[in-house]
Amino acid sequence: MNDIWIIATASLVAISSALVGVFLILRRQALMGDAISHSVLLGIVLAYLITDSRSLTVMLIGAVFIGLLTAWLSDTLHKVGKLQSDASIGIVFTLFFAIGVILVSLYAGQVDLDQECVLYGEIAFVPFDTIIWGSTENGVDIGPRAFWAIGIVFLIVLTSIVVGFERLKTVTFHPSLALSLGINVVFWHYFLMTLVSMTTVASFDAVGAILVVALLVIPASSAYLVASSLKSMLWIAAAYGQASVLIGYAMAFWLDSSISASIAVMAGLLMLITIIVLEVQKKVFGKQVKAALKAS
Amino acid sequence: MEHFTLLNPINPASTWQLLIEFWQFNDMNVLWVLIGSILLGISASVIGSFAFLRRRSLIGDALAHAALPGVMMAFILFQTRDPLVMFLGAVTSSFIGFFIIDWLPKNTKIKPDAALAITLSFFFALGLMLLSFIQGMEVENKSGLDKILFGQAAAMTQDDINLLMVVTSFILISVVLFFQKFRLIAFNASFARSLGIAVNRYELLLALLIVMSVVVGLQLVGVVLMAAVLLTPVATARLWSDQLKNILLLAGAVGALSAIISTQISYLAPAMPTGPWMVVSLSTLFFLSLLFAPKNGLIKRYLQQQQLRQKVAEENILRTLYKLWERTQFEQNDFSITDIQGLRAMHTLDLRKTLKLLCRKQMLKESAHGFRLTDMGLEQATQLTRRHRLWENYLNEHLELSPDQVHSQAERIEHILTLEQEKQLEEELKDSRQDPHGNLIPNAKKTKTPAHPSKQARSLSS
Repeated sequence: MNDIWIIATASLVAISSALVGVFLILRRQALMGDAISHSVLLGIVLAYLITDSRSLTVMLIGAVFIGLLTAWLSDTLHKVGKLQSDASIGIVFTLFFAIGVILVSLYAGQVDLDQECVLYGEIAFVPFDTIIWGSTENGVDIGPRAFWAIGIVFLIVLTSIVVGFERLKTVTFHPSLALSLGINVVFWHYFLMTLVSMTTVASFDAVGAILVVALLVIPASSAYLVASSLKSMLWIAAAYGQASVLIGYAMAFWLDSSISASIAVMAGLLMLITIIVLEVQKKVFGKQVKAALKAS
Repeated sequence: MEHFTLLNPINPASTWQLLIEFWQFNDMNVLWVLIGSILLGISASVIGSFAFLRRRSLIGDALAHAALPGVMMAFILFQTRDPLVMFLGAVTSSFIGFFIIDWLPKNTKIKPDAALAITLSFFFALGLMLLSFIQGMEVENKSGLDKILFGQAAAMTQDDINLLMVVTSFILISVVLFFQKFRLIAFNASFARSLGIAVNRYELLLALLIVMSVVVGLQLVGVVLMAAVLLTPVATARLWSDQLKNILLLAGAVGALSAIISTQISYLAPAMPTGPWMVVSLSTLFFLSLLFAPKNGLIKRYLQQQQLRQKVAEENILRTLYKLWERTQFEQNDFSITDIQGLRAMHTLDLRKTLKLLCRKQMLKESAHGFRLTDMGLEQATQLTRRHRLWENYLNEHLELSPDQVHSQAERIEHILTLEQEKQLEEELKDSRQDPHGNLIPNAKKTKTPAHPSKQARSLSS
């Protein structure tokens, strides 16, 4: 039963990240994903220190606030400070992450977070932190907290993409056309950043701050290599994410290593295989063309 | 609700005691750690500056993450914590990461930023996987390996420090030796190539230096935050200077300063990771510079904008007065605020403020109806009008803009035209006495430059 909860949680994490990641890759904001997933730590710690609660709503609000602040501050530094955009991203997220780590180590043991879990997440412990529905004594155990957190976020991500599909497509591929059609490009940019923040915070328990970057970026990039339309890219990215979870889990079991790290490594290996296959195809195809040219 | 308490409540007296102890260097180890971290701060900042100039600011982030599996692999293979072995392992895997970042965008559809993020997260995951694997292994002295994630200056051994010194000195000496070449490549690689410099070889050397400084910094700053030590100092220094040499010196100083601060904190609270404190002190310096830097700081820029706005407002009023005066056939030089507002829409409060300023500068004098131009004001107003109308003429004759298009452009440029430009315009437009609207272009007074040199200078430079 525990394995099923772990795999279910990890799958939801992988698929939500892959779907959001597709837009990050297409909009060339992979680094923003990296940045937000780091700074979200500060949001979580601050939310916890201020409200003393670990409820999902509080965490989501904290993370979304800091996530949007990261995006806005990087943008402002880029414009006002006349810095390269990746440099401004780098300055902002390292600062936020550093403050987050300092707070974690200042209040270690009380925040229910430590430096380790910031990095790995603790997906192996996910099944033990469950939500009890009803009263504490005779309530019903409805499953792990992390599962419900990422489940809700997954639904939000899915609904947003289904409902806003056409808008997102236009904004992603033709920002200037979108502008001329009267679509609020800035709104959709920050909307996407909100989705990234929510996904990272919900994945935080499961895979930690940094490995979620792998799940955001790698399956979507693999899909980018093979897909031919936005719709197919979303499906393929989700499939890559799901495959990494299943094979990665098996690998972790086999090597007795961290589950979340293995899943991320698997995502990378799947991408490597994709690239090799594509390169071989390119070579073979190139030879065929040459042969055909010679023959003619 | 229970209140959170600090793990080690800060006691000012004992903190002070510790601080004094720190600077007395009773513990020689402290001195060495301090020197080591200063050297690291300097060399990482300097080498990071070149990465920044090559528009690869976040390369340090990716390379630091990419070093992690190398360290772990070296430990698994050789089962030792010898700094040199770790260093070589880290450099190897970091270099592999560097080539992947380079290779992916060149050979696949993947964009450079995605390549960076992919490499970073994949290598980091690999490193963590190996680390968790090591923690399951039955080997000695495996504890403390995870210290390189966030860095811990206090945990450094003498061997670590020796290595740190050697590597950072190597980096600094290389930069000094190849400064000219690095500079050329950083600003214009194709020009350097045309001069016959082996650009690829120097780029490789630069990459090696970046990798080395990142790897050697892991003990102090940690994998996750190393990026900031390469990036933030140069971003700070750039706010202060435009000269590469000064930028490098300043970046080095900023790096050294933050190293001193964070080493002290690490000494005062040994449980604290050093890296985050280094980043926080670096960022503080950056944001302070962003606000207060004398050349490019935000406050300075804001003040400059305000000054310009004020100057434009003053000059607009002078010109308006000139026009009013012109309408009375140069007979009556005395106008009320209403008269001025009839020609130029301006808020009464702003107008009064600006008029008062002009009076103080003795451009205007209060008079029976309101204000009148003094000789000095008259001169300046004439000159502005002259420039305005010359420009209108120029646009009309040489750019063939119709008379109704020229005014708004002249309205802007009249404030920034210089004396030389005015003379050039005059020569271009030898025989024109009137602007496209039919107004006379006032003559320049021949005597004004020698008569009021100080005022001339001010009107041009302010």
